[in-house]
Amino acid sequence: MNKWENNRAWLLTVPVLILVAFSSIIPLMTVINYSVQDIMGEGQSLFVGTEMFKAVLREPRLHEALWRQFLFSALVLLIEMPLGVLLALAMPKKGWGVSFSLVVIALPLLIPWNTIGSIWIIFVRPDIGLFGHFINNVLGIPFDHTARPLDAWITLMFMEVWHWTPLVALLAYAGLRAIPEVYYQAAKIDGSSPWKTFWYIQLPKMRGVLTIALLLRFMDSFLIYAEPFVLTGGGPGNATTFLSIYLVKLALGQFDLGTAGAFSLIYFLIVEVLCFVFYQVLQNVGKGAKT
Amino acid sequence: MARIEFNDVAHSYLRNPKKEADYAIKTISNCWDDGGSYALLGPSGCGKTTLLNIISGLVTPTKGRVLYNGVDVTALPPEKRNIAQVFQFPVLYDTMSVYDNLAFPLRNRHIENKEVDKRVQQVAEILDLTSFLQDRAAGLAADAKQKISLGRGLVRSDVAAILFDEPLTVIDPYLKWLLRRKLKEIHEQLKLTMIYVTHDQMEALTFAEKVVVMYEGEIVQTGTPEDLFENPEHRFVGYFIGSPGMNFLECRLDGNVAYVNGTGIKLETKTADAAQNARGKMELGIRPKYLEISSKPVENGLEAAVKNLEDLGSYKIVTVMLQNKILHAWLPEDSPVPSGKAWIIFPPQKTKLYADGRLVK
Repeated sequence: MNKWENNRAWLLTVPVLILVAFSSIIPLMTVINYSVQDIMGEGQSLFVGTEMFKAVLREPRLHEALWRQFLFSALVLLIEMPLGVLLALAMPKKGWGVSFSLVVIALPLLIPWNTIGSIWIIFVRPDIGLFGHFINNVLGIPFDHTARPLDAWITLMFMEVWHWTPLVALLAYAGLRAIPEVYYQAAKIDGSSPWKTFWYIQLPKMRGVLTIALLLRFMDSFLIYAEPFVLTGGGPGNATTFLSIYLVKLALGQFDLGTAGAFSLIYFLIVEVLCFVFYQVLQNVGKGAKT
Repeated sequence: MARIEFNDVAHSYLRNPKKEADYAIKTISNCWDDGGSYALLGPSGCGKTTLLNIISGLVTPTKGRVLYNGVDVTALPPEKRNIAQVFQFPVLYDTMSVYDNLAFPLRNRHIENKEVDKRVQQVAEILDLTSFLQDRAAGLAADAKQKISLGRGLVRSDVAAILFDEPLTVIDPYLKWLLRRKLKEIHEQLKLTMIYVTHDQMEALTFAEKVVVMYEGEIVQTGTPEDLFENPEHRFVGYFIGSPGMNFLECRLDGNVAYVNGTGIKLETKTADAAQNARGKMELGIRPKYLEISSKPVENGLEAAVKNLEDLGSYKIVTVMLQNKILHAWLPEDSPVPSGKAWIIFPPQKTKLYADGRLVK
């Protein structure tokens, strides 16, 4: 086919440009704009340069929220990744059990995020909740996620693991199913133990999907908002105030738009840098570099 | 090392096989001698790989027994059978170095480090992998990867047999030839039992002492390459071995003369005698190499029309029509080339008779 030049073809990209402008570029520019000003009220603002960034970086409550956020994401990854892989390994490989287990495992993923919070609030209530009532009144262990920070964290972790491990499991399962049968045959001939088969065949072959799972889980857990907001509102005290909850308090609660803008950009940068690092590390693990 | 025996082995991939067509392997009894080198030859889908997997234990047959040196191993998994198998496409442990890949089958069997090192170095030497030993296996080219797979098959010195499932498919022709020779050398040195699956007759005929020809789930003939060429016991062997394959002509028998649409062709007396008890569709078979062709009328020569001539360098292939049937014949380089008409002779001792595809003898 002959190619000819027609600059009007650029017009075809306009819809996407408009879409991306409204969904990303304009909001981002607005945030950058806010981050370099101190906004006192409508029409009253003062250019302050990097002042807001400096202030944010010095803010101890932000540091606390940041460490809390790291701890949360680290726990989420440490629990959900191995658990998801284990689930995938345990799932049936053929027959009716495949579709059955896929549907059952995917159920938590279908529930809206704020509904998840509501479900768990009721579930852990000491008076009427199945779990709360059982642990307080039957086992006699005092448990109250609204009063004790540790209980709040435990509840939050359970909810998070219940909600998102299925995603890791589904991705890992897809990765497992894609391994050609001949690898298992060769492993049998070579006298490989099940553990070695897992370590040298299944795990390396799942690297791609597990990288995706890790990145998705890291980003989502690092940006978590709706579930803790509904379940604990950031409490008790500030025990479950994560970065996003803190950010919303700053921006909407105190209407501190300048600080919130600077904070958003730093937040965005942290996520971006960490994802890049994770991705590079996981890609290099599998490279044919000399050992 | 071991003698491997099949006792009435049949296999179907269906859960409840009913008719004969449900079986990928139809009742096979066969024996692979200790230290022999065999090629398993047949078209795609004839059951070669299934047969190989039954030997190694990756597939448990629906019926029958598999014996290693007289011991029944039918129910044993591959890891308990002490067998090596190399697959069509490279299978690597990509997070390991080449060295660790080769050592893997030995280490899994708790062999001393010193012995492991000795074997790995030997195999690496044979396969020209010494300079890669410390590299990560994942980064290598396809042929190097397949050499590692071969190496994992060769590294164990005590195996009952080494099974190869079209192992050279991904390797380019020159290296293929080198590796095939290498395998043959290894066989001659170590006297290991080797079974080599292929659908390439060249590969089968050059590699093996004995060729086992499979067709639709059955072994139709086992023999030396020469046997297969001179005395094909099944129509399929005649057609599959040799290029072009054997000529077949449907015929009707009367005494020791076979009639092809009215043209009589004389047979050997013993063939004609044996044919008295044969039933089914009768066919004459003759190798293009043995069909004598002349450009001038000769005594007992049958007149045929020349259709095509193919020059293959050291010989030519002539295509002729005899009674509306196509025949191929070899023509040595210095023979006169027939044009328009040719006269052909069927030498009786080389003219075979087949009843329902099987040799009459």
